[in-house]
Amino acid sequence: MSGRAPVTAAPLARLIEAFHRLPGIGPKTAQRLAYHVLRAPRDEAEALAVALLEVKDRIQLCAICQNVTEQDPCTVCDDPTRDASTICVVEEPLDILAIERAGGFDGRYHVLHGSLSPMDGVGPEQLKIRELLQRLRSADVTEIILATNPNLEGEATATYLARVLNPIGVHVTRLAHGLPVGADVEYADERTLSRALQHRVSLTAAPAAADEPPEQPADPADAPPPDFD
Amino acid sequence: MPNPRIYRTDAVVLRQRRLGDADKICVLFTPQRGRIEAVGKGLRRPKSKLAGHLEPLTKVSLILATGRTLDIITQAEAIETFPALHDNIDRLSRGLYVAELVDRFTDTASDVGELYRLLVGALQRLNESSGLDLIVRWFEMQLLLDQGVQPRLDTCVHCDSDLTPEGNAFAPLLGGVLCPGCRVGLPGRPLSAKAFKLLRFMQTAPYGDVARVRIDEALGREIEAHLREVVQSALDQEVRAAGFVEAVRATRPLPTESSP
Repeated sequence: MSGRAPVTAAPLARLIEAFHRLPGIGPKTAQRLAYHVLRAPRDEAEALAVALLEVKDRIQLCAICQNVTEQDPCTVCDDPTRDASTICVVEEPLDILAIERAGGFDGRYHVLHGSLSPMDGVGPEQLKIRELLQRLRSADVTEIILATNPNLEGEATATYLARVLNPIGVHVTRLAHGLPVGADVEYADERTLSRALQHRVSLTAAPAAADEPPEQPADPADAPPPDFD
Repeated sequence: MPNPRIYRTDAVVLRQRRLGDADKICVLFTPQRGRIEAVGKGLRRPKSKLAGHLEPLTKVSLILATGRTLDIITQAEAIETFPALHDNIDRLSRGLYVAELVDRFTDTASDVGELYRLLVGALQRLNESSGLDLIVRWFEMQLLLDQGVQPRLDTCVHCDSDLTPEGNAFAPLLGGVLCPGCRVGLPGRPLSAKAFKLLRFMQTAPYGDVARVRIDEALGREIEAHLREVVQSALDQEVRAAGFVEAVRATRPLPTESSP
């Protein structure tokens, strides 16, 4: 029946609405979070509010690698012990955390802030590709590791970047593709399996060079056609 | 008769978008049901058994369970993965353009078998043939014919007189071509005689015949501009992947007819 006063107090309704706008938060979860904040001690709510504002006020993009950072340049770009001649290109800042957790990489990073998704209107201009090219002009970089996701958008981004970077003369590499740890060969799709076979590694005592991938068959030549008239 | 709870279909995966933390919504084009959206559970997890089979621009065999709002993909097996299309940015950009056309033009429908075969054929050619832009142009024309929005190329859209190749103007907003007598004062862009003949040929000829036509770069760009205008006026919006095709072209010397 119209005309009744809303059951939920306005400030609480605004908080529920704010939580509901966050990704992955449905209406019920938004209500639970809002009531949790309501019941929590004041200092806990204040800490949350301050943390939210600090993220907006103090976090910026590193002018060199485009990662999110509090100081510019970021701690990775400012670390003289890291190899400045190797740059690992990732889609998102969270990818850096994953690679750092894995260990084994002591170079520097470049964050694209997305991947090419033409059908969603994300083209090269929307990514931090221009900043990468500027960085290559000013720094002595010998290798670019493309660590974009092994899906259609990530592959499109990697092949586009390889096309753009190759004329510069820098060595461009791509993270290997293969079967994930713990997976079943039986359920692997044919592209993953064929790439895993192409990039197989030798287990014999004397290290052997990985087999070269088979050459792609050449495109069939067009039949000599007449001019269209 | 109520829908069966579980059904099997072939499909081409047109695109995906994220759903929650681990799932994705797959936009599928199927021969019996047209364009449908279905949930792929856990597709973003590294060990997903479905993810590798459901990449966009893949032809798959699916089993789906009917859901309340969206159907759920329970099994998937890739039938054709078009590997060269995925590994080459020139081929991939055109493949994405073709997929976006189908995504934008179609909706849930009962029988779209012919358009489905056209789409699979276009992806197969983009995967293995040369002359990528001509493959896309022919597909565009066939799609426009299928949707009933093809440009009128036999008679003038203003006076209905029979058209000859010379001196016409292309006027997609009016539905086709203006004859030399009517083009003055009406909106339209110049249409060369070669482009006129080629567009007319593409409306009736199978791809094999069109592929034998030698098309120089200027003619290729002209029919691309004309057909893109028809597509945009039919959709009333731009095709986003067209900009990506241009960006990919800009990264290499201008393509020729025989470029991949």
